[in-house]
This record gives sequence, structure tokens and C-alpha cells, in this order.
Amino acid sequence: MQTSMVGRALPPAGRPKTGASLLIALIAIAAAAPIAVPCAASTKKAPDFQRQIPKQDRILQALNRLTFGPRPGDIERVKAIGLKKWIDLQLHPDRIPENPVLEAKLAPLDSLRMTTRTLVENYPEPQMVRRMLNNGLPFPSDPDRRVLYEKLAERFERRQKSGNPPPPPGTELAALLTPDQLRGLRTGTPEQRIATFETIAPWRQDEVLLALPPGVRQAMFPAASGDLRRKLALANGPVQVVAEDLSEGKLLRAIYSSRQLEEVLTDFWFNHFNVYLDKGADRFLVTAYERDVIRPHVLGKFRDLLEATAKSPAMLFYLDNWQSRGNSAAPARGKRAATGLNENYGRELMELHTLGVDGGYTQHDVTEVARCFTGWTIDRPGEGGPFTFNPRLHDQGEKIVLGVKIPAGGGIEDGEKVLDILARHPSTARFLSRQLATRFVADDPPPALVDRMARTFLKTGGDLRAVMTTMLESKEFWSVGAYRAKLKSPFEFVVSAVRAVDGDVDFAFPLVNQVARMGEPLYRKQEPTGYSNSSKEWLNSAGLLARMNFGLALADNKIAGVKADPQAAAAAGPLGSPEFQRH
Amino acid sequence: MKNTRRIFVRNSALAMAGAGSAPLWLKRALYAADAPSPRKKILVAIFQRGAADGLNIVVPHGEKAYYALRPTIAIPRPTSRGAGAPAPDAAIDLDGFFGLHPSLAPLAPLFAQGHLAIVDAVGSPDPTRSHFDAQDYMESGTPGWKATADGWMNRALPPARIDNPSPLCAVSLGAVLPRALRGPRPALALQNIGDFQIRNQPQAQALEQLWEETPDPALRATGRETFEAIAMLETIQKTPYQPAAEYPRGRFGDSLRQIAQLIKADVGVEMAFADIGGWDHHVNELGQRASEGQLANLLREYGQALAAFWQDMGDRMGDVVVVTMSEFGRTAHENGNRGTDHGHANCMFVLGGPVKGGKIYGQWPGLEREQLYENRDLALTTDFRDVLGELVARHLGNPTLRTVFPGYQPKFLGLV
Repeated sequence: MQTSMVGRALPPAGRPKTGASLLIALIAIAAAAPIAVPCAASTKKAPDFQRQIPKQDRILQALNRLTFGPRPGDIERVKAIGLKKWIDLQLHPDRIPENPVLEAKLAPLDSLRMTTRTLVENYPEPQMVRRMLNNGLPFPSDPDRRVLYEKLAERFERRQKSGNPPPPPGTELAALLTPDQLRGLRTGTPEQRIATFETIAPWRQDEVLLALPPGVRQAMFPAASGDLRRKLALANGPVQVVAEDLSEGKLLRAIYSSRQLEEVLTDFWFNHFNVYLDKGADRFLVTAYERDVIRPHVLGKFRDLLEATAKSPAMLFYLDNWQSRGNSAAPARGKRAATGLNENYGRELMELHTLGVDGGYTQHDVTEVARCFTGWTIDRPGEGGPFTFNPRLHDQGEKIVLGVKIPAGGGIEDGEKVLDILARHPSTARFLSRQLATRFVADDPPPALVDRMARTFLKTGGDLRAVMTTMLESKEFWSVGAYRAKLKSPFEFVVSAVRAVDGDVDFAFPLVNQVARMGEPLYRKQEPTGYSNSSKEWLNSAGLLARMNFGLALADNKIAGVKADPQAAAAAGPLGSPEFQRH
Repeated sequence: MKNTRRIFVRNSALAMAGAGSAPLWLKRALYAADAPSPRKKILVAIFQRGAADGLNIVVPHGEKAYYALRPTIAIPRPTSRGAGAPAPDAAIDLDGFFGLHPSLAPLAPLFAQGHLAIVDAVGSPDPTRSHFDAQDYMESGTPGWKATADGWMNRALPPARIDNPSPLCAVSLGAVLPRALRGPRPALALQNIGDFQIRNQPQAQALEQLWEETPDPALRATGRETFEAIAMLETIQKTPYQPAAEYPRGRFGDSLRQIAQLIKADVGVEMAFADIGGWDHHVNELGQRASEGQLANLLREYGQALAAFWQDMGDRMGDVVVVTMSEFGRTAHENGNRGTDHGHANCMFVLGGPVKGGKIYGQWPGLEREQLYENRDLALTTDFRDVLGELVARHLGNPTLRTVFPGYQPKFLGLV
């Protein structure tokens, strides 16, 4: 360890030498400034939310905010339909036929269409595979997958038994392949590698796939056929495929869906009710959460969306409510009386999902709400089970939530009453309206607009389509202050860039990685806050550099899996420019 | 003056010679010419996001109530004192009353040698138990005041770039710039020193021009910082870094290793920031033993990384103080799931050559029911701004505490 410490005896560092007098003057100025030092932004003129943008800019404003950015020809298409009609269609996505290109691209991502239980069976963790082998649990029905998993399980088994780390990849491969085959897989273009792979005896191919280093598998991917692609992905570990399908699916939908507003809103509301994919069982639960809990409600009633999240295994697991139990709850037979209120969900429900942090609740309300939700749990979370109410875990005492008495002796209805109270609370109306306006209008949305949206919310019993309509019919949405006033989030930037160059996406995981590099790993915001709806979050050197490099690579066709249209790319201009960061 | 320098930087170093081929000495000279002294005092701030459980990190093993409040997740009392080897599952005694979590064993010698100081029962006086608000307050440096636009670290930076023209004066490791460093003064976010470049040179110059010309001042400033940093980091990228210590795997270790690399490269770093998340342990905070489970694993990574940083920096630690913080503490009592819920006061670590360590600072409020904050949490006896304020004033030598922590007069504890 270090012995002598330099500088320990030095007096506090002054700032002598060059320009000392100027420096003192500057310090004096700084010290005389008002106490909260204003940021550069506050010296700017306040945005003008009254003056309207010219008529010809309205289509672009709509495309910028209600879609993930225009594709070539979009402006003309909206013009042909008529802006008003186009917006009305976007507000009723079920009336828009989905883009067949998207459906074809989503087809191989089969985990996106599975129930949670099927998903757990088809994309098991290694321990699960072992249990399938040892205890005769059902194996996936797909014969190809079955073979692969048997091999995977064998490898897992061998590793467990020997207790040794896996042998270096070389030795295993050397036993399976000729030196020429080995060389052929490790070098060359994706096409050459696939050609080499096809020279391997079919009954040996699975084993080879599993033994290959991940980098080689990835290098083969672009030239692989659909079936082989799936196997390449599965060889990384079946569980990872679930996460990959989710993120790739999100990218593909954002890029290709004709129901763009539904996609934008699904992104918004998922983020509002954020859950974290890497927390335990959530790696299986998020697929159904986005598909069945968030997406169907984004233009529906907020109360329904709220209850769907409250009863979703993904949220119950993420915010620990499934383990919360009342102090008066009876202990399970044979177990000690573990009392266990967990406040996590109760707090975030009010702070983040409904009232907002200044919405007028206290610590006492947090505890009371948590008591109301005791017993809201999951039936066997490890196996993909559903929501269930367990009365034995429920605290049956009286509770008082935001001044409203919830009488003793209640069951599941205690939590439902809380959702009623919260969903129609004026603070909720204001908080949600402000969040939406921050995402769709401006970082600091005009309070008058937020008020009008909140009034619509209260008047319509939390009808989210009506709230959106109020916003889209406001003068503020079409004002100079809103036009191109927001900075794209990394996800918005990457998707809008691919759309601007009319990119043809063969596979999307390189795009997924790019979004993560820019600071927005999809489905992986660990904190319940989700990502900020405000642009400020995204303006920094690391993000800027990543955006510039991505823009250059995309335009030069150097992003694997995406082909840019050269004409569109030329017309789009530099994707790393300051202009392209705004929308 | 600022303008001429900028034009000089752009025209000479980048446009004329091309950033790739500009001689190293030129770039060094550009930034070194008006720097007041080659070796600056440096403050490294670490944020433990998610509200770390201070009571299981700096364990009050002399407090009976601690064990009563946490029947299943308390860290056992130290089995031996002083020089003897402590049991791997018990607290490591510090002063007969407090002890370190066993996973922080790498930090114990630093405490014993007087380089590490601990402040306990410290934090933000604001009562919020919201992660978001509490982090925001701690990073803005203005608890209870949401309108503050900039962060305390940004306000603590040298007031003008003539004083430290380096684009690396303030750096944060990660993909986003933390709230603490946001504000009018330039601060850089960087993920990986080795990747901080634009590979396509001709295009890079065209882009730089576009960012220089954009009318939006915030975008223009960020563009400038980025391109200046690219030029600066090029010199560092050429020599692969050989740390003098082994950092643990993971993002936090990577962050501290790169901060060490930047400091040792003498590129003008004065403030650095890194964070480590995952402290929100509502469920199963501990495994079957104190040295196992979520908190133990995270603390191992945390302690190893800090100890590696100390060792790697060598006698450069004479200029450096590392300070750690987390938005609030956790409930004094355990909850029903062997975890803890959101609480109030916490602990902070202060590590460095100039630190008067080997001591627990602050006033211990006790854990008896009537001593707890709102009957549930460790009470607060020291404001976090007392710690940060002292470091800004006495370590960095910045006399403008009134602007760094507006509306508050930090009371120095004598940490440095």
C-alpha cells in the first residue's frame, strides 16, 4: 500500500498565476448572482405557444410527434388522406390495416405471441431444462428445438457434474470438425461461413452450434436462413431469446408499423408503468405485459390500464407486491408467522403511476395503500403463473387512504377501491396530462394546455383517447413553441434515422445495441421512474458521439442487418447533425 | 480570448493537421498553455443509486436496538477486535461501536491507516422517500427545491474556462450526464475512453462545422465539448492503460479505472463522477449468511473497486478525494421480506490522501424507537452539504460555497 502521501500538508489549493485578477472578478460576479445559478436555458426567450406554425408545416409536426419520424413519401401520403382524417385514423389504430411487411418480419420472433406459460416451457433457463430431463416435465413440442435443448441440457449436466469450467472452445470444436471446417467457420464473409457450416453432417450441426464462440455465431447470422438464425440465437441461451425478441420486435414495430401512434403510446405507457426485464421472473413476464397489459389500453380508459398493471405478474414481481403480506394475515401452515408489509408498490403507485410526487399523499397513505394491496400476488411466478388474490395474505383491518375510509373485513376490493380513488383523483389527471404533454408538445408544456387536458380526463372518466384529442386540437400543439422543440430520445433517434433512409431491416439486434449505447437500453431501465420524457436527459457528449457515429455508419451501410436506400440517405442529410436530433 | 482560443483549436489542431495526425505536443500545449498548475486538486463523487442500506454497510454493532429491529438481516457482531482476522460473516470492527459489512474488507485497511473517513447519520434533510426526488435533490444540491436547473458539481467547477480550459475538466463515466454535473459549465459524459472518436475523418469535420453553426446554444455547447474532447482523448488512446491494481469486473470498476487513467494522464480533470445502481433491496437483502446475497455481492464490487482505485492511483491520491453518497437510507427495521423499505439518514465515505480518516464523523442519534425519524428510520444529524461543502471549499479551494449550495451554510466537520 502507499506510504508517503504527497500534498497532505499542502494548504487548500488557491488558483494563483494567470489572470488572477480577472479570476477574482469572475468569482465576485458568480457570488453576486442570484442564489440558484440559472442555467443557460433560462436566458433563452420563453417558447411561444400562441403563434401558430405555417399551414404547410403542420403535416411534419404531426409526423414528428405522432410517429417515429417520417419515411420518404409520408408527407405526400398524409396530404393525400388529409391531415385531420389521418390523425383520426391514428387515434383508432384498429381501423388501420397493419403493414404486411411488419407481420412478415415479426413472424420468426415466436416468443412474442406465446402465453407466459408456453414461453417458460419453450425458452427455459438451464435449471428448467435439467428439470425437464430429470422429472419428465413437458419438453417443447417443436422437434428441432427439442433436440437442441437436449444437447444444451447434456452440456449443462456435464458441466454441473464435473464442476469444472467448460473446456476451451477450441478443444471441443476440434473433436467435431476438420481443420478446414474450423478455419472456414472462423474466417470469411457470412456467406462463406454458412457454406462451410453446410458441409457439416446434419446430425452434428447442433452440437457444433453450441460449441461455437458467440462471436462466430454472430458472424454467421446475416447469411443464415430463418431456421438456422433461430438456432444461432437459441445457442446463446434460450432465455436470452425472449429478451432479444422483445427488443427486436419493438424496433421493427416502431420502424414498420402503420399504427404509428399506437407504437409511440405503447412506448410512452410502458415507460410510465416501467418494469425491469432483468429482475428475476420478469424476464418471462414482460412479453405478455407489453402485449396484453399496456398495448390494448393506450387509447382506452386509464382506470382499465391501471388495474391491468396492478394485476400483472410483471408489475407485482417488479415492485415486490406479490410478497407483501398483512400483519394480521394468518401464517401459512408449517411456517413461522412472517409478517411482511412491503411498501414498494404502494409508494410507486401513487408517486409514479397516478398522483405524482406532489399529488398530496403522505407516508401514512403509502403504508395504508400497501396494506390494501396485501394478498395481490402471483400463482407460482417461477412457472409463469397468473395473478391471484390470496385472502390469507391480506390485511383485513380498516384502512384510510387519502381520507377515504376502507372498512375492515375487505378482500380484493380494498385494492380495487384504491385504484378507483387514484384513477379519478384530480392530481392524477394533472400528472398524467403533464407527462403526455411533455412527451408530445414540449419539455416544459404550457400549464393552460395541461389544465385543459386534465379537465377532459376528469370529465370523461379518464378516457385517454379524449385526452389525446384535446391535446391534438389545441393551439399549443401546433404552435411555434412546440414545432421541432424536442430532442429525440435515443430510441426515437435510431428509429427515425432508419425510417429517414428508408432502411430495410433484416435483423434488428445491432440497432437494439445502438440504442443501449446511447443510454436507453430497452426494457432495462432498472428504476421504476422509467426514462425521462424531457429532452434534457439526452443532451451530452457521450450520447452525441454515439449518435454521430451511428448516423455515419447507417448512411454508409455499415450497420449489420440494415440496408439504407442511397437516394433516401442522400435526401435525409447528415443524421448526426444537430437538426436531425430534433423533432 | 475564448473565441480566439476556440478558433485556434479548431483551425490548427483539427482542420489543418487533421485530428488524426496533429502532433501530441501541440494538443498538450494547447490545453496546458494557460493552465495554472499541472496538478490540480480533484474531487471524485460516487452515487449509489437506489438508496443503499447504510445500517448494514456501517454496522452499529454496539447498538442493541439494531439487532432487535433486524432479527433476520442484521450483520453479526465482530468476533474479534483489532488485528485479529474477523469471521467472514461478521462485521469488521472499526471503533468498538461501528463495523464495516464483511464484503467491505478491502476498505478496512484504508480506514485503519487513516485514509478513509466515514460520516454517519448523514443525508438530505428533505423528508421525501421518493428515489427520483431524493436523487434529484442530492444532485442539484438544493433539497426541497425542484426548480434548480443545474447540479452542485457543475456550480463547483472553476467559474471560467480560462481557469481550466480542458474539455475533461469535469467528466462523468456513463451514457448520460448526471444531474449533478448538468448546467452552464461544460461537463463531459463518456462511456469508454478507447471509443471516444469519430472514425470517418472528413465527415467528422463536416459534422463539427454543423454543430458549431447551430443556433441552439445548448446543442452548440455540447457539440463543442464533444469535439474538443475527441481531440484531447486521442492522445490518451494511443497508449494502452496498464492499471496498477486489479479492478473488479463490471461497469463500476470500469468507471473508476478510467477515471484513474484520465487523472494520471494529466488532462485537466478536476471533477469526476461515477455511479453504481442496484441498492434498492426491498426483498432478500441478505443471503443465508451476511457475506452472501444481493447486498453482499454489490458491496464486494463496490469495495473492491474503491480499493483498486486507491491502489492504482498510488501517490496521486495526495490530490484526490473520493466521496460517496446515496439518496436516502433504509428503514431501521427490516420489512416482511427480509428486506428494508425507504428510510432517511445514511452514511457517506470520504477517501483520499488529504482526508483525516480512521474516524467516524457525525453524531450517532441511536436506534431506540423515540430516537428514530418518524418512528422508523435512522435520524439525520449531518447534512450532506456539510460534507460536500467542506470538500469543495477546503479541498478544491473553491470559495463560492454560496453559489454551490445556495441558501445553506455548510458546517465543516474537519474531514480534510
